[in-house]
Amino acid sequence: MDEAGARPQRIRRRRFLDYSFGAALAALAGTVLYPVINYLIPPKTKEITHQAVVAAKGGELPPNSGKIFAFEGKPAIVLRTPEGEVRAFTAVCTHLACTVQYRPDLQHIWCACHDGHYDLHGQVLSGPPPRPLVEYKVTVKGDDVIVTRA
Amino acid sequence: MGLRDWLSERLRYEAAGSFLEKKTVPVHRYAVTYYTGGITLFFFLVQVLTGLLLLMYYRPTSDAAFESVRLIISRVRFGWLVRNIHVWSANAMVGAAVLHLAATFFGRAYRKPRELTWVSGVLLLGVTLAFAFTGYLLPWNTLAYFATKVGTEIAGDVPLIGRALMVLLRGGEDITEATLSRFFGIHVAILPALATVLLGLHLLLVQIHGMSRPISVRVTGEERFFPEFMLRDFIVWVVLLGGLAVVATLWPWPLGEKADPLAPAPAGLRPEWYFLFMYQTLRLLPGRIAGLEGEVVGVTLFALAGLGLLLVPFLDRWAQRERSHPLVSALGAAAFAFALLMTALALIRPM
Amino acid sequence: MRPRALLCILLVTAAGVGGWAGTALPPGSPVQAAPAADSCSNCHQNLTGKLAAPAEGMSEDVHGRAELRCAGCHGGDPARSGMDAHDRAAGFTGVPERRRIPQQCARCHGDPGFMRRFNPSLPTDQFARYLTSEHGKRLVAGDSNVAVCTSCHGVHPVRAVSDSRSPVFSTNVPATCARCHADAALMKPYGIPSTQFAEYRESVHGRALLRRGNRQAPACNDCHGNHGAVPPGVESVANVCAQCHRATRDLFVRSPHKKAFDVLGLAECTACHGTHNIAFPTDVMLGQDQASVCLQCHASGTAGLRAAVEMRGALEAVKAAMAQAEVVLKRAAAAGMDVGDARLDLDEATSQLIRARAVTHAASPLEVQRVTAAGLTAARRARGVGEAALAEVVFRRRGLGLSVAVIAFVAVLLWLKLQELKRTST
Repeated sequence: MDEAGARPQRIRRRRFLDYSFGAALAALAGTVLYPVINYLIPPKTKEITHQAVVAAKGGELPPNSGKIFAFEGKPAIVLRTPEGEVRAFTAVCTHLACTVQYRPDLQHIWCACHDGHYDLHGQVLSGPPPRPLVEYKVTVKGDDVIVTRA
Repeated sequence: MGLRDWLSERLRYEAAGSFLEKKTVPVHRYAVTYYTGGITLFFFLVQVLTGLLLLMYYRPTSDAAFESVRLIISRVRFGWLVRNIHVWSANAMVGAAVLHLAATFFGRAYRKPRELTWVSGVLLLGVTLAFAFTGYLLPWNTLAYFATKVGTEIAGDVPLIGRALMVLLRGGEDITEATLSRFFGIHVAILPALATVLLGLHLLLVQIHGMSRPISVRVTGEERFFPEFMLRDFIVWVVLLGGLAVVATLWPWPLGEKADPLAPAPAGLRPEWYFLFMYQTLRLLPGRIAGLEGEVVGVTLFALAGLGLLLVPFLDRWAQRERSHPLVSALGAAAFAFALLMTALALIRPM
Repeated sequence: MRPRALLCILLVTAAGVGGWAGTALPPGSPVQAAPAADSCSNCHQNLTGKLAAPAEGMSEDVHGRAELRCAGCHGGDPARSGMDAHDRAAGFTGVPERRRIPQQCARCHGDPGFMRRFNPSLPTDQFARYLTSEHGKRLVAGDSNVAVCTSCHGVHPVRAVSDSRSPVFSTNVPATCARCHADAALMKPYGIPSTQFAEYRESVHGRALLRRGNRQAPACNDCHGNHGAVPPGVESVANVCAQCHRATRDLFVRSPHKKAFDVLGLAECTACHGTHNIAFPTDVMLGQDQASVCLQCHASGTAGLRAAVEMRGALEAVKAAMAQAEVVLKRAAAAGMDVGDARLDLDEATSQLIRARAVTHAASPLEVQRVTAAGLTAARRARGVGEAALAEVVFRRRGLGLSVAVIAFVAVLLWLKLQELKRTST
């Protein structure tokens, strides 16, 4: 290859190198910035703090009704008594760990698995459950029913 | 080019440019060791960036710390990546710093006029280990909890001030939320401030004195710092970045179980690998040495060894006269061999 | 009896405790107020050996707190000292005759008006019920080997039933009954077995009560009765079990089994679950495995057994779905993913499985399947969480591949640039 032919080719090559260099750096910046920017977007979570969770909205909980929600990775139940008081308990039956439910007809908590009955303070009324349900603390703030560990 | 002139008049970066143009790096068979400092710096920068990101979601209370880290790795988008990179890069940084220390030591790069560069470097190593030790507790998991308990107990063996030191470290008699707050504060405020000052000094001194040429190694030439050496440095950095991404994705660092201060210490408990040699040595020491408690003697010896390491440039009289004495190398090699042996012992023999 | 009652009243008044002395005592009531100095305990607590026994533990006796002292049961005159107190004329009886113990206790415990003063909530029908029990009937017939009040409640001290050290505290009842009923020699003349306690101890109820201290679990008396102890017969067993297992009983009653059992004269629950040795029920009891209880009546190939197999299949389907979900979740967890959310769904599946097991008592495959369907859905949801996590792992690896490619590209370009520089500078 002679001098005259080689030089423009080399220049062209260098320019190509520079362009791809810029593109590569941009791509690198992209691969770094994409996760970083995504990281900064706050995740959706129902938790207010680590131990407080919005169990229900006021509207979802008319008197004499209950709702199951997740609390610290376990089912919990929040209910409004026929008198209008809001209470929350663990929903894990103390017999064989089935999930309990609110029975509007009986006006108390009931476990379907072996017919365990608990009153509206979590105490065992009848059936095989050996222990009462643990009660949680309920705070009603605006439209939110917030449950925390008592 | 109005903007460039405007900036140049104010920032005077031509000075830096001309400095860089003149700066050269010697070429010889051990020139590869020049990269160790840059590698450590790279991991440090990664730690700063990922650490800042982790701060967005981390909560330093005993109730929330574990949950917040769990939130980061399970709910926050790419939180797993940020956290895993932070953990892996922390380990890599300790490793790189040790390599850098070895390269500097065996190359006698601490000799006149670079004594203070060495001192600032050893202090930076101490800061790095402090970073590692305090950061380890922050996820508030069982292993971290008990490793910190053992670690701070060792601090309690320091003669005279041991107990006070331990209480000071723990923020009380036991590892509690107070310890977590304290470690968090040290990890994200005190140590970064110290590191910035020391690192600034360290890098400034490196620029002032340039790269050290090892005694009795034939220098085959020179290359420009900018752009050749810097480009190579960048290649290394980019490759390391890829490596971090790979290990962080393929080998996620387990979070473990939330710490329960009332639970019995789990079996197989041991500190992180960089503290293993100290831990193992203290375990192997007899209960009493010459009427003193074995652990106290051990901790004192380690403290003296640390002091010795800090003062290497002033102790090595031969290097001050541009002589590379085999005794210094032998001592260094013995120290490294000892640390390696102890680490290996700790790894082989289950607790 | 008259003079003794008079004496009592006199003594009470003499002791100056007039609060209730004026009210009518049951005829022949042995209750005496504590005199300032009770010579019984004064002497006996300083004696040794056999003679120390009467005073032992009396400070903890529930009656002592209710002001019933030694003389209440043993007679004599505690106001007098030394052997003089053991005056037959003052009603001293020594060790009460075993045969007469129930009557003696009933003098107070059978009188509601009297008991109201001490423990108004305590029933007063124990003696009446005791007479209807096997123990009571035999005692009346002259067999003094049978249990009387003190056999179960202890004596010196008699503790309240709510005292965890009482032999009739619920966790102690089985051992108390076993003192006699596990004694083969003692039981032989009556022709009843003596293995009940050994069986009960290993049963689901025994383990719950004795090992886990679950006092909701039945002890002997919860099925056999307390004072009116009788074995429940064929017709009443199910009622006994239904005290706790209400739902299961209701399901059974509306099942086709109810009528068949009645016709065959089979005891309902115990036909499949046994009596003292009731084990934690397992799924193999249902279907056509060797351990199946269905095979007791249903031959293979019959419609009944087919239904059993079908119900068992429904249970197994939920278990299989849950196991699959666990496998996927374990893989996801091993890949470093947090799949804690799936726990809720798995809990729900377990819930439905347990419920379906209860529903098998209705002996209707359709009803069981309705419940297991919900369990299957929950298990699939859990599996979905795991699969999503695994998909996320794949996404992460793809993303990693992409970024590694970009990084490698940059590194190569940097290297090329370096070569280029070298070439130009030389």
